[in-house]
Amino acid sequence: MIQPLTDAKPYTLTPGSNGVIETQTLEVSIGPQHPSTHGVFRMDCVLDGESVVALKPVMGYLHRNHEQLAERMAWLGSMPYTDRLDYFNSMTNNWAYALAVEKLAGIKVPDRAEYIRVIMAELTRLLNHSCVIGFMLQDLGAWGTPLLYAFRERERILDLYEAVSGSRMMCNYMRFGGVRVNLTDENLATAKDIATRFPRFLDEFEKLLTNNEVLLARTQRVGVLPKELAINAGISGPMARASGVDYDLRKVDKYGVYGRLEFRVPLGDIGDVYDRYYIRVLEMRESIKILQQALRDIPQGPHIAPEVKLRNFKIPPGDGYGRIEGPKGELGFYLVSDEGGKQPYRYHVRPPSFINLTILEDMCVGHKVADVVVILGSVDIVLGEVDR
Amino acid sequence: MEAIEKIKEIAAQAVPAAKIEIINSTPAAQQPALLVDREHIYAVGKFFKEDPRFQMDFCSCVTAVDYLPKADKSGCIEVVYHLYSVAQKQGPIVLKVRAPRELDQCRVPSLTPLWRACEFQEREAYDLYGVKFDGHPDLRRILMWDEFVDHPMRKDYVPPPDYEWEPTPHDDTLQRAVEEGGIMPPTAREELEKAKKK
Repeated sequence: MIQPLTDAKPYTLTPGSNGVIETQTLEVSIGPQHPSTHGVFRMDCVLDGESVVALKPVMGYLHRNHEQLAERMAWLGSMPYTDRLDYFNSMTNNWAYALAVEKLAGIKVPDRAEYIRVIMAELTRLLNHSCVIGFMLQDLGAWGTPLLYAFRERERILDLYEAVSGSRMMCNYMRFGGVRVNLTDENLATAKDIATRFPRFLDEFEKLLTNNEVLLARTQRVGVLPKELAINAGISGPMARASGVDYDLRKVDKYGVYGRLEFRVPLGDIGDVYDRYYIRVLEMRESIKILQQALRDIPQGPHIAPEVKLRNFKIPPGDGYGRIEGPKGELGFYLVSDEGGKQPYRYHVRPPSFINLTILEDMCVGHKVADVVVILGSVDIVLGEVDR
Repeated sequence: MEAIEKIKEIAAQAVPAAKIEIINSTPAAQQPALLVDREHIYAVGKFFKEDPRFQMDFCSCVTAVDYLPKADKSGCIEVVYHLYSVAQKQGPIVLKVRAPRELDQCRVPSLTPLWRACEFQEREAYDLYGVKFDGHPDLRRILMWDEFVDHPMRKDYVPPPDYEWEPTPHDDTLQRAVEEGGIMPPTAREELEKAKKK
């Protein structure tokens, strides 16, 4: 029973009329400055003792009206801003926006550019998933070790990003019709090296974690998300697949050159926090497979479609929705162009981590408040994207 | 997936009272949408969700677009739903519904009872565009703070000059301090310094 706090009620240990000890529920606000919220996110919890009875996510502390900013500049102008959405995965954000614009304008991307995009996106998936697991374990109390192991690997990927695009995190690398800079043989060799060495790191990571007794005790059967609810609530990405939803846009839409690459889609069956952890490990292993194929097959050729003029770029009137499988889920851009077509009339981001928060309450109710932190960690949010 | 004309026909048969129109996207994008009237959007959405030919169980993207009135046509707020099917791996079916721009008449039925995915996205559309979703279980602002008055994504939105002002418990004290000469508004201080120089 949730009792309003305004109703002053003496705390008593004497049994009430029905023989049950009457206690008060307590309203606790976790965040916006709590380290486990991964940014400025707040959860209004109503607690009965230690267990959660209700939970409302509160967001918007980092809201900067990204969409309106983009509506006031030319099409290409907002490409660097997409880096700031999910600042961990700027490469996939770039790709999603470029894909949506290419869909609207009917631009064909050269083969080499598509392969470069796949390589960059899969590297992003590796760094995102390894860091998310690190952060989640940090929330569980494994201070430092897993996260720093993940950061060590991430560093190598970021070095490659810097060599390619000039920036470690805010890459601003994709362009409509291709990518900004071609990959050199040296870059490809570095990527190959990462792809060969990453499985060793994963083995080491798994040795530490997968059968770890503390991890099993804290994550199994915690925050279970049923399959039907996951589909109905629009959950996407590893979260949905951990609940057994067989929906991977790389397989469904076959955007880019994913139709030519061989990989499997790992699925969970319970949908608890442990499944979400393990799905990410398995996805990283599949990503390495994709990387190796892409690095093997990458053809020579132009890295950007030569007919696309980035200056004075225009799109005929109309609207369209383009989406890709980002590391956090379905990242989509809904764009409307009107007469003139020099800038987007409407620019909407479909942020996966924002929509994945819809069912946070359903997953947390009934669990202890300490588990809320882990469940939130397993959702994998980035506040730059949630609040936009 | 069938062609959009066929989909329209099937939907019109299922919900005979609904007024459905096809709206084309850009020539390249090939994502034509169905414009449904406000009274029947719920019924049409329910049909697409439950019909075994479509099984649109995944509502991917919900958003609003503000069209300002032009010389030849009146303005409107358009709410756009992108539906996909996870079960049959097909889609999208794009549903659009239009409401007048006036704040008191800007209402459309909520599709949250059909797809939970709409819950936060409809709250966002309400917050930024002022569309009221009838039947939404928890229609509050989500990105802007609760005391915010306007809807900032509308095309005719003008931010107020005292944008960041918010009431504090010290307002009276501050006012008194200004009156007694302790704290001055910046303009007054500039004038005072000019007078001193002279």
